[in-house]
Amino acid sequence: MLLTNNGRRITGLVIGLLLLCIIFVFSILLGYTDTSFKTVIQAFQHFNGSNEHIIIKEVRLPRALIGTIVGSSLAITGALLQALTKNPLASPDILGINSGASFFVILGLMFFSISSLQAFAWLAFLGAALTSVIVYFLGSMGREGLTPIKLTLAGAAMAALFSSMAQGFLVMNESALEEVLFWMAGSVQGRSLKILFSVLPYIITGTLIAFLISNKINVLTMGEDVAKGLGQRTGALKLLIGTSVILLSGASVAVAGPIGFIGIVVPHIVKWLVGNDYRWILPYCGITGGILLLLADIGARYIVMPQEVPVGVMTAIIGTPFFIYIARKGGKNS
Amino acid sequence: MKKYTSFRAAKDHISFLFDRKSLFLISAFFIFLLVIFFISAGIGEEFILPWNIVSILSGHGSDFDTLIVQSFRMPRILLSILVGMSLAVAGAILQAVVRNPLASPDIIGITGGASVAIVLFLALFSDINHSLTISISWMPLAAFIGATLVAFLLYLLAWKKGVSPARLVLVGIGLWALTKSLTTLFMILGPIYQVSQANIWITGSVYGANWSNIQIAGPIIITLLMISFIMIRTVNIQDLGEEIAIGLGSKVQQQRLVLLLISTALIGTAVAFAGGIGFVGLMAPHIARKLVGSSFGALLPLSAFIGAILVLIADTIGRTLFLPIEVPAGVFTATIGAPYFIFLLYKQRNV
Repeated sequence: MLLTNNGRRITGLVIGLLLLCIIFVFSILLGYTDTSFKTVIQAFQHFNGSNEHIIIKEVRLPRALIGTIVGSSLAITGALLQALTKNPLASPDILGINSGASFFVILGLMFFSISSLQAFAWLAFLGAALTSVIVYFLGSMGREGLTPIKLTLAGAAMAALFSSMAQGFLVMNESALEEVLFWMAGSVQGRSLKILFSVLPYIITGTLIAFLISNKINVLTMGEDVAKGLGQRTGALKLLIGTSVILLSGASVAVAGPIGFIGIVVPHIVKWLVGNDYRWILPYCGITGGILLLLADIGARYIVMPQEVPVGVMTAIIGTPFFIYIARKGGKNS
Repeated sequence: MKKYTSFRAAKDHISFLFDRKSLFLISAFFIFLLVIFFISAGIGEEFILPWNIVSILSGHGSDFDTLIVQSFRMPRILLSILVGMSLAVAGAILQAVVRNPLASPDIIGITGGASVAIVLFLALFSDINHSLTISISWMPLAAFIGATLVAFLLYLLAWKKGVSPARLVLVGIGLWALTKSLTTLFMILGPIYQVSQANIWITGSVYGANWSNIQIAGPIIITLLMISFIMIRTVNIQDLGEEIAIGLGSKVQQQRLVLLLISTALIGTAVAFAGGIGFVGLMAPHIARKLVGSSFGALLPLSAFIGAILVLIADTIGRTLFLPIEVPAGVFTATIGAPYFIFLLYKQRNV
C-alpha cells in the first residue's frame, strides 16, 4: 500500500483526475491528423466546418469520452468480480462475460437484423447475465466451493464456446464478418456519441450501485462466514454486485466490443496504491481504468500508421504479461 | 474368465497384457470407423452405394465414380481421420500431463499460436494484388512453428522450480487470450478478402485436402502417434502422484517435457492441415476414459479412434447437410463439444 492515510488518498484521487483530464485532452489532440490545442478550443467556440474541426468534434471527442467511460466501467467490473469471487484473476474477459455479451450481439445482428441501439444494449446484458450465472454456478459447484482454478477454467471454457460459435456463424456470412471484425476485437473508434448515450443510464446505475455497497463489500471480502456473523445478508449483496457487474460489462460491450485485460490489470494497480478498502478502490479504479484505456487507445493510433489497431489488441498485449505474472504469483496460494 | 490375456513372443523378451474389455472396445470402434468411412465416401452430391466403394477401392469401379471417390472424397476422409486421431491423442496426453481433465489444446493457447502464425503468414506473404508470394504449402510449417512457440512460452512461463499443472493451465489461458487478439489484429491488417479465408481456416475445416497433404501429414502423424503410444506408459506412474512417481525413479519433469513436445507436434501438424477444429482434443479422451478407465495403454488408441470418428462425422455432415453451402467441421465439433464441456465441468465439480 502506497497511500496510507485518507489525506494522501484524496490527494491521489485529485492528481488522478487531473491526469485523466490531461490524457483526455491529448487523446483529442493526437492522431493521424495532428491538431493543435488552439484548434481544439476553436472547434468548440467557433465551429467553422473545416476538416480539422469536424474530426475533433465528430471523431476524437466521442472516442475520448467512450474510452474514458468504458475503461472505468471495465475496471470497476474487474474489482467487483475479484471481490465477489475472491479470485485475483477474475475479470469480465477471463470469465467469459464479455464473450457472452458479444456473442449475443452478433447473433442479434446476423439473424434478427437488429439495428436499434437499445436492443443491442439489452442483448449484451442478456449475454452478460447468462454467462455470469453459468460461470458462477459451474465454478462454485463441488466440495471446495469457488476455487480460482475452477472458476478460471469455467470462464475460459465459456469464452471459448462463445467465440468459436461466433466464428462459426461468421464463416457462413462474410459481409457480417467484415462488419463486426473490428468491433469483435474491442474498439472505441468510429462510435457515435448516440451509442454511448443510449447505454449511459445503465452505466451510471451500475456504478452507483457499486459505490453505494462498497463498505458492505469490505465486509464480504473478510469471508462469507464473517459477513454473515456480522449480520450481513450476503445473498442479497452478491445479487447487487452481480447486477452491477452485468450492467457495466454489458454496456461496455455494447459500446466498444469485448475489450480485455483492463478489468484485471487496473484493480491490481489500485490495490497496490490504496490497499483493500473498497470505498477507495472503486473510485480509483474508475479513474485509472479511464486513463489506461485512453493511453492504450492513443498507442493504438501510432503502432501501424496510417492503419489503426483495435484498442482491445493493445490492452491484450499490455495485459497478458501482467496476467501471467499474477497467475505465477497466485500459484503459491492456490 | 480372466480379465487379461497375456501375449508373449521371442522367448518372453516381448510380452504384453491385454485387457480383454479394452481390446473388444477398441476393435468395436475400429469397425465403427470403417463403417463411417464407407458411408462418408458414398454420400455427397453424387451418391454411391457402400459396396460400390469397395469395388472402386479395389480398382473395379466406373471411371466417373472412381474420380469422385479417389480424387475428391478420399483425401478429405483420410485427412479427417488423421487429424481427428492426432487431436484426440494430443488432448489425452495434455490432460495426463496437466492432470486436469478440463485442459485441452484449444483452451491453453497452443491451437491459438498456430492460428496467429497462419494469419501472419497470409498477411506477410501477400503482394498488392492479394496473391501469395510464396507457395501455400509453407502454411503448415508456419502453423507448426506457431504452435511450438506458444508451447515453449507456456512451459517457460509456467516454470518455477518445475511445472505445476495449475500454473500451466492459468498461464495457458492468458496466452490463449493474447493469441486470440493477435489473430484479430493480423486479420484486420491483412487484405480484407483473406479475412474470410483465414476465418474458415481458424474455425477448422478439411475442405482443402488433397493427396499431397496426405503424403506429408500421414507419415508425420503416424510416427508421432507411435512415439506417444510408447511414451504414454510413463504417465500411468505419474498418475499416482508426483512424489510417488519420483520415489519410484521416474524422471517426472523430463518426461513431462517430452510428452508436452509430442502433444504440441501432434497439435501443430493437425492445425497446420485442418485449422483449429475445436473440442475434439477434449471430448475424445473423455469418452474413451468413460469406456476403458484411465489406464493409458488402452485409453490412447481408443481416443484416437473416437477422435477420428468425431471429425469424420463432423466433416461429412458439414459437406452434405446444407448443400451447396459447406459448413466447416469445426462448427460442428464446437456445437457438440461446448455443451459437453459444460457437462464435464458439472461432473468434475468435486475434483
